[in-house]
Amino acid sequence: MGYREVPHTADWALHVWAPDLPGLFLEAARGMYALAGAQPEEAAGTHEAAGAARRLEIQGADAESLLVAFLSELLYAQEQENLLLEVSDLQILPGDPWRLIGTAKLRPLHRLVKAIKAVTFHNLAIRQTGQGYETEIVFDV
Amino acid sequence: MKLKDFIKIGDYEWEIPTSFRKDMRVPVRVFASEELLLEVLEDQSLEQAVNAATLPGLVGRVLVMPDVHQGYGFPIGGVAATEYPHGVISPGAIGYDINCGVRLLASEIEYEAALPYMDTLATLLNEYCPSGVGSEGVVKVSAGELDKVLREGARWALQQGYATENDLQRTEEFGMIEGADPSKVSERARQRGREQIGSLGAGNHFIEVDVIEQIFDPRAAAVMGLREGCLAVQIHCGSRGLGHQVCTDYVQSFQQAVKRYGIQLPDRELVCAPMDSPEGQDYLKAMRAAANFAFANRQLLAHSARRAFEETFAPHFKKGWQLVQVYDIAHNMGKIETHEIEGRRVKVCVHRKGATRAFGPGAPGLPPEYQPIGQPVIIPGSMGTASWVLVGTEESMSRSFGSTCHGAGRVMSRAKAKKDIRGEELRRKLEGEGIKVRAGSLAGLAEEAPQAYKNVDRVVETVSQVGIARKVARLRPVAVIKG
Repeated sequence: MGYREVPHTADWALHVWAPDLPGLFLEAARGMYALAGAQPEEAAGTHEAAGAARRLEIQGADAESLLVAFLSELLYAQEQENLLLEVSDLQILPGDPWRLIGTAKLRPLHRLVKAIKAVTFHNLAIRQTGQGYETEIVFDV
Repeated sequence: MKLKDFIKIGDYEWEIPTSFRKDMRVPVRVFASEELLLEVLEDQSLEQAVNAATLPGLVGRVLVMPDVHQGYGFPIGGVAATEYPHGVISPGAIGYDINCGVRLLASEIEYEAALPYMDTLATLLNEYCPSGVGSEGVVKVSAGELDKVLREGARWALQQGYATENDLQRTEEFGMIEGADPSKVSERARQRGREQIGSLGAGNHFIEVDVIEQIFDPRAAAVMGLREGCLAVQIHCGSRGLGHQVCTDYVQSFQQAVKRYGIQLPDRELVCAPMDSPEGQDYLKAMRAAANFAFANRQLLAHSARRAFEETFAPHFKKGWQLVQVYDIAHNMGKIETHEIEGRRVKVCVHRKGATRAFGPGAPGLPPEYQPIGQPVIIPGSMGTASWVLVGTEESMSRSFGSTCHGAGRVMSRAKAKKDIRGEELRRKLEGEGIKVRAGSLAGLAEEAPQAYKNVDRVVETVSQVGIARKVARLRPVAVIKG
């Protein structure tokens, strides 16, 4: 399970791998936060949402759409609410549509180094490997 | 892809024929010297251009500008025209930062006389023009007011006292693109927009003070108000989080639309919908709303820059510190235009992603003073290097859907730039060259270092040699403000 940065001329790209789909989604989130230099506050701070939990329910046409929607949800919380979402109990439910269900602990952001404009679908494909799943995600920065 | 895959049309023109890949609907035409082309072949830019050549409804050719670099889906520096109304519109071929663009304002203050005050100017610009990750704007607007911004763009700013009629006259689409519908913009996008209007953001966006170093076309420069040795200001930014969210929303929803319309594509980022479909119409209306937001955003930043100029120079100079707008151009946009293509007049949607509209003399949509000379085109260089003012030509109208390049174009990945270049060292180097730097993030500064980009002079030389723009003036940076 892990992620690593892949060279890209203008934007940022991550190679992500994990033994299962929830793991892949969580690693992608960790990688995206690391690229942005997002760090949560250690202390509770004054943010009204600090420590609260949020239920996540997201839909997508397929696994890739769901991954983009999930990461876009985290980006929105980061930019608009100044929150880092620490996601747990993640379930990925295939179907029509695919669904993601999980819980997120809301952590106020202490530091954010880089703005990510968007999560793209560029050449996005979640592949099954002998060890689980892998994908490459390109972010517009 | 290799050099042998191209047909050489001329010293600065190359073509990838449709025989290169069976799903190509039109050829790809690349404007580049052989040296630039060989550099471009080192990343995936031209594979992305070939992918773009599969979009349904394309006419003419997919065009690639000399500042091209790898993007996502569609290359940065690409132009594609689809026939209106049955051809498609592709949000990914316009980009997340809808109506990212550049505004140029000129003063009559001579740089030599301004030297003692440049530190103050840089500090005030940095103070009055909010920048950086998550920066909030100089004004906050209510939901109802935001609707007006989305419909009226810079014209809204005029009503609020942040613009002059001359600013609007000298803005692409006169600062307000028709056909915007705020109801097609999601609530999330609107929330992001309300807090960010009048802010620069981060990344490659900047405000730069330049000195007009050399004039190549005195007549055009005089019409534009560009005087050798005087200060000018460039503002480079776009539609901020509102535009990013609009594109995110529609790229996501178009994943289903392509299935409904039976469209096969080599890359999911190129998803599209026919312009005459409900999905295509909704995106067009939302994209125009985001474009209007960007026009208003740059207008507010121009207002802030004027305040900084006035406070810096008015106590010391009797006149000349007023910033007069030269022009404001978009370089990420989809526009419905009519062009002559293979001998017939065709109404098309010109997708320009990292490419600038460059209308020639007499083209519609230009203010009266620019009708004889053509539309001003602003080409920002990389930080610390030259920028250019060009004009559109008759050649650009007949050969490139009235389009030309948009900047220097990256050659080095952000990861490598971050690894190889120290932000503090770069800041010292720039300051040593007489460039005042105000940067929120030294890591961000390093990523935008001059060595991460192509030489803008070579890019401009190429479009000039091809004839799809003509040189007017070269600018040299003297202060840079970055998030």
